[in-house]
Parts: sequence; structure tokens; C-alpha cells
Amino acid sequence: MTALIDGWRTCQVTGLRVDRSAERLIMFNAVTAVLYLATGGTFALLIALTRWQAVHLIGDPEWFYRIVGAHGAAMLIFWIVFFEVAGLLFGGTVLLNARLLAPRLAWVEYGMMLAGSLGVMITMLSGQATVMFTAYPPLEASPWFFGSLLVFAVGALLAVCHFIANVVGARWRGEVGTLPLFSFALLVAAILAVFTLVSGAAALVPAWLRSLGVIEHVDPAAYRLLFWGFGHGAQQVNLAAMIGIWYALASLTVGARPINEGLSRFAFVLYVLFIQLGSMHHILVDPGLGDWARGMNASYFMYAAVLGSMIHAFTIPASIEVAQREKGLTAGLFGWLRRAPWGAPGFAALVVSFVMFGVLGGISGVIMGGIQINMIAHNTLIVPAHFHMTVVAGTTLAFMGISYYVVPLIFRRDLFLPRVARWQPYVFGLGMLVFGAGMGAAGHLGVPRRHFDITFPGLALAEGALADPLIQTSLMVMAIGALIAITGGAMYVVVAAGTVFLGRRSDVPAVGLVDPIAVAPPAPAAPHDARRFEAPGTVALATVWLALFVYLYAVSWYNLSRVTWIIR
Amino acid sequence: MIERSSTLVAPPARWWTPLGRDERMWLTVTAVWALAMFVMMQLVWPAIGEQQVTFQSYRVDPLEFNRLTEAFIQAHQVDAIDGVPVVAPPPGGDVYLMGQRFQFKPILRLEQGQTYRFLVSSLDVQHGLSLQPDNFNFQVLPGYVSAISLTPRESGVYHILCNEYCGPGHHRMVGRIDVGAAGQALSSEGVRP
Repeated sequence: MTALIDGWRTCQVTGLRVDRSAERLIMFNAVTAVLYLATGGTFALLIALTRWQAVHLIGDPEWFYRIVGAHGAAMLIFWIVFFEVAGLLFGGTVLLNARLLAPRLAWVEYGMMLAGSLGVMITMLSGQATVMFTAYPPLEASPWFFGSLLVFAVGALLAVCHFIANVVGARWRGEVGTLPLFSFALLVAAILAVFTLVSGAAALVPAWLRSLGVIEHVDPAAYRLLFWGFGHGAQQVNLAAMIGIWYALASLTVGARPINEGLSRFAFVLYVLFIQLGSMHHILVDPGLGDWARGMNASYFMYAAVLGSMIHAFTIPASIEVAQREKGLTAGLFGWLRRAPWGAPGFAALVVSFVMFGVLGGISGVIMGGIQINMIAHNTLIVPAHFHMTVVAGTTLAFMGISYYVVPLIFRRDLFLPRVARWQPYVFGLGMLVFGAGMGAAGHLGVPRRHFDITFPGLALAEGALADPLIQTSLMVMAIGALIAITGGAMYVVVAAGTVFLGRRSDVPAVGLVDPIAVAPPAPAAPHDARRFEAPGTVALATVWLALFVYLYAVSWYNLSRVTWIIR
Repeated sequence: MIERSSTLVAPPARWWTPLGRDERMWLTVTAVWALAMFVMMQLVWPAIGEQQVTFQSYRVDPLEFNRLTEAFIQAHQVDAIDGVPVVAPPPGGDVYLMGQRFQFKPILRLEQGQTYRFLVSSLDVQHGLSLQPDNFNFQVLPGYVSAISLTPRESGVYHILCNEYCGPGHHRMVGRIDVGAAGQALSSEGVRP
């Protein structure tokens, strides 16, 4: 029996009070997100099978470029942002036992985002905006494309402001005190999102006016600076949201509690202060600004935001280790890890996402974001290799992992095909690993991104270009990885959509593992000897990770020094 | 007694507690590493590296840049391949390189070991200058000229691929630089010295 009072229900699993108006909005945003994921995944299949030169599936370059653009928009913007808005609605109401401030406004936000996103997809696929999702001026695109993107961005901006108002309002009324760390992470993501979306509007409004013929000229360098405040800024939003989800999954699956609450929050504050500077990564080899300014910004001001990430990289596994040890899993250095719940999809998604992001996405991003090393990475396949490791292997998988909890609980249906869910993170992660290795290797060998055919058929001038046979092998590996990852993505869509439409209705839906500590009030930490490490296994793993980082960093400088041209 | 809380519930009232041994160690090591990377990028490599991003850039009218490129081609053209002029500029001089849909022009003949000041811009949309097989890359914007000093140390054939999407023929946009052994390059009159 569900307790229903004045538009509220009480969740029978977590004991949280759920505002029904927020619940419906979470449902719509989440389902829209998954539909975009399925759409973008289909495009991914077509693109991978085209760039695998031996297959070269799409014969028409015009269609190839349309689909590359639509893939970017569907995945990088619409899947992610709709899911994040669902997450903000959840984190700003349900988790705080708070009411949604203005449900009608929230529907307007959803309507704007839906209409805007459809407008973008239609204009891109119908050939009115074959400009990639970056739409660098002076490329020409339909005013409907820019207009739609702006409508989407304003809708998303309103949703973010609504979340902030919701949290501030609940705090004001005394309904919440200090935010849980997960909600704090979402608040950080929301603050970053405001900067991001304002920067996007500043880039897109002039581009829209130009497409209407109101103004004649948009400065391409200024556009790139502002656009990447949006394009990379949006990834910083993902980063903050993803790390919040990592913490949440660690608490849900093993009852992890941050070993130092203040340190984890400090790391998030470093993001607020410094991480948006990193948007300059995109213009490191552009004309325009001076090299010192670009380098200072691209270093996130002396790598202060990277320090934040390295703190999370330690505190998350450490909190898991301590929680496991407190359960008596104290054997050896890694007994806590061996006895972890590897069969729980939430835990599997957490670990695979964390490792792939940390080892491949994070390290590659910091290295190629160095101003000089960027010369041997800019616009090659190394760039999409990097951001597929962050946004896809990292963020997307983390989102999948948390939705194994949120979807059953919000829709009040049992998780559909739990055995598929159990394997899904591993299949997806393996696919992304192979994909990233192939794509990264091809980029390292000079293969450009967003390119229809690197064999240049019939072009005498290009004879001998990109002729290294390793290139074709790398692209094949990339495509095979993509096929595996797309299988993993399809498994997720089947489980998520199956839960929504076919799952058995239940007030106490079957979800994955929920550790009782996850919803219990704070309690004293187990005593430990202050002269010893509290999480020795994590200290060992983190040291290995840092050594790998140092090694790859050194290799990259060596690679740069091997360029036979002197460049000044 | 330190209290800890799940990330899904409100933390204890006093959530700022002193760092433990683990966190102090990790914070110190990573802060040093962050600073080391910064010093490497902003101070060490600028002092010792041979590949720098210190090039100057200027605003330019695309039509004016086109006029300068055409004048440069006329002064030093020695040949043409597929209708694209081949130019052998005097060693050590300025080199104009213009991207336009869907070619880089001119094709260049350079001399190994000589330093050329490349003036790179675009006539129409954004392009990417990707020099292969060495794989170094610059963004090319219309309205801006990048003045990059380049010295080929090894002879051979180099390709310039466009690696910024510039339209339906983007994947056919290729340029070339032929670097001759020292003293072997064609002179501006098209005669071997």
C-alpha cells in the first residue's frame, strides 16, 4: 500500500517522500534521454562501420557528415542533458524530501528542450545544417537549426535555475540543512551549467542572427572561444554529475561513506573555481590569444581542478575500501576488492566507469590539454578517443548504473531482465576499451576526426598520405570495439525500456543491491590506528595509477620531441 | 569521535575534520605532480623544446590575404600538379599557405634545414592544417593569419590534410610540401642551382 497524501507518496524502499509532480517530470525526461541514447547509438553504428575502411558502409559523404553531426548532438547534448535534468529533478526534490517549486514551469522547460532538440535533429538530418554540432562560422546553416538549439539551451538553463531555486528554497524554509554530498555535487554541476549555457547562448545568438541575415559577420575566433565555453563546459557539468553518481553508487552498493567529507567537498569547490578555464583546450593551436594566457587557462590555473579530480580518484575507492573493511573483509591488501559485489550492476557500472574515465579519459585529457602537446593531438582521432573515454565510458556508464536504481524506484516496477543488467556494464566497458584503443592509435598515426574517407580515392596529390598499414588495423579495431559497445548500449536500452513498459508493477520494486548504510543517518567511523593507512589497498592502487600518469605524460613529451620539424 | 555519513543523507553537523594519514599523503603527492606539470608546460618546455606554440597571429582581410598569396605564387611558381600551383620560395623567406574549399595552395618546395615563416590563413571557412606523417596540427581561421616559423630537418614528401570539417568535399582537401635535400631544392626561377 502506497501512502499518498496531497500529491506525495512515500517510497517503500528508501523511505523518501516523493513529490508526484516531480516524479512525472523525472519519468518524461529520463525516457526522452534514453530515446536519444538509442538514436545516437544507431548513428554510432553507421559511423563506425563507415570509418572501418574495409566496410565503408555509408557511400554518400553528404549523409556521412549529416549523421556525424546528428550523432554528436543526440549523444553529447540531448541524451546527457535530458538525463541530467531528470537527475536534477530527483536530487533537488526526492532526495531532499522537498517539493518541486513550480511544476508548470518545469513542464515548460521540458517542452522547450523537447521542441528544440527535435528541431536540431530534423534540420541536421534533412541537410539544412550539415555543419557538425559545432557549426563553426562562417559555415552556413538554417536559422531553424540555431533557433532550435537556442530554445533547447534556454529550456535547459531554466531547468538548472529551477533546481537551484528549489534547493535554495528548501534550505530557506528550513526543510534541509547541509546538503548530502550527492546533492552538493549536483549543485556544483548546476552552477557550472549556468556558466556553460550562458556561454553557449553568447556564441549561438550571433550565429543565429547571422543565419537570419540580421548581422553580416561573426568572428570565428570569438565564436570558438564562446562555443567551447559551452561545448567543453557541458562536459565539466557531466564530470561533476558523474562524480556525484560515483559517490552515490558507492554508498548504495557497499555503504561507502566519504573518508573525509570536507576534503570531498573541497575538491568540488576546486571545480567551481577553476574547471571552466579548461574550455581553452579547444583553441590551443588557434590564432588569436597569446600562448601564456592559453596555457594558464588550459592548465585549469596550475592544474587546480585536476587536483580536485585526483582527490576524488582517491577518496572514492578509499571510502569503498574502508566500508568493506568495516564489514570484516580485511584479508590482505585487496581482500575488500575481491569480495566486492561484482555481480551488482550498480557496482560494476561504478568500477568500470571509474577506471575507464580515470585511466583513459582523465589522463589523456590532461596530457593533450597541455598547450604544446596539443599540436600532435588537435583534431586528430585522439580527440574523439579522449572524449569517448570520458563522456561515453565514464559519464554514460555512470548514468546507466544509477538508472538501474532510479528507473525501478520512480516507475515502481521491477528491474527488467536483471541478468542482462548484470553483464551490461562489462560488455559496454570492454567495447569502449577496444574502441578507445583503436581510435586512439589511429589518431596517434595522424588520422583526422570527422573525415569521410582517409584513402583519398582518385586523388593523385594525396598519394602516400596516411599510408601506414597500422592505420587500417587501428580503424578496424575501433569499429569492432564500437560493435561490442553498441551491443552493451542496446542491452541497457532493453533493460531500461523493458523496466518502464514491461516491468512487474510493485510498491517495493526489485532493484539492485541497497546497503542499509546508504540511507542511514551519520554514525561514528570505526576506530583505526592513526599511524597506519586506513585504506592501504587504495594507497597502492592510486600509486600505480599516478605512476602510469607520469609515464604517459613523459611518453607524450617524447613523442612531441620526435616531430622532425622545428616549430616556433 | 569522527562521524561519517552516506553520500545520500545529510552529513553530521561538524563535517570538516582533520585529514587522516592517507589523505595528507595523497594530497601532498598530487599537489606536487600538478605543480610539476605546470612548470613543465609553462617554463621547462618553452626553454628547451624545439616544438613551440609561440606563433604570432594577426587579423587580415581574407581577400587581401588571397591577393598576397596569388602574388607569392606568381613570383615563385615552378610547376603545377592537378591544377594546383607548385611554388619554390627562396630559402629562409616568407611562405603563404591558404586554405580554401577544398584545397591548400600552393604546393610548396622547400629546402631541408632552412627556416621559413609560414603565413597561414583561409579564404572562406575554417580549416585544419594537419601535417603528415609528423602529425602536427594548427587551426586555420578566415580573417586571421598565423605566422608560424617552420624548419624541416628531414627531406621527403609531406602531406597537409584538412582536419577541420569544411563542407561536403572536406575529405578531398589535401595539400603537399616537398622538402629537398640541402642545396637540392628548385630555385625560384625553376632551375636547379
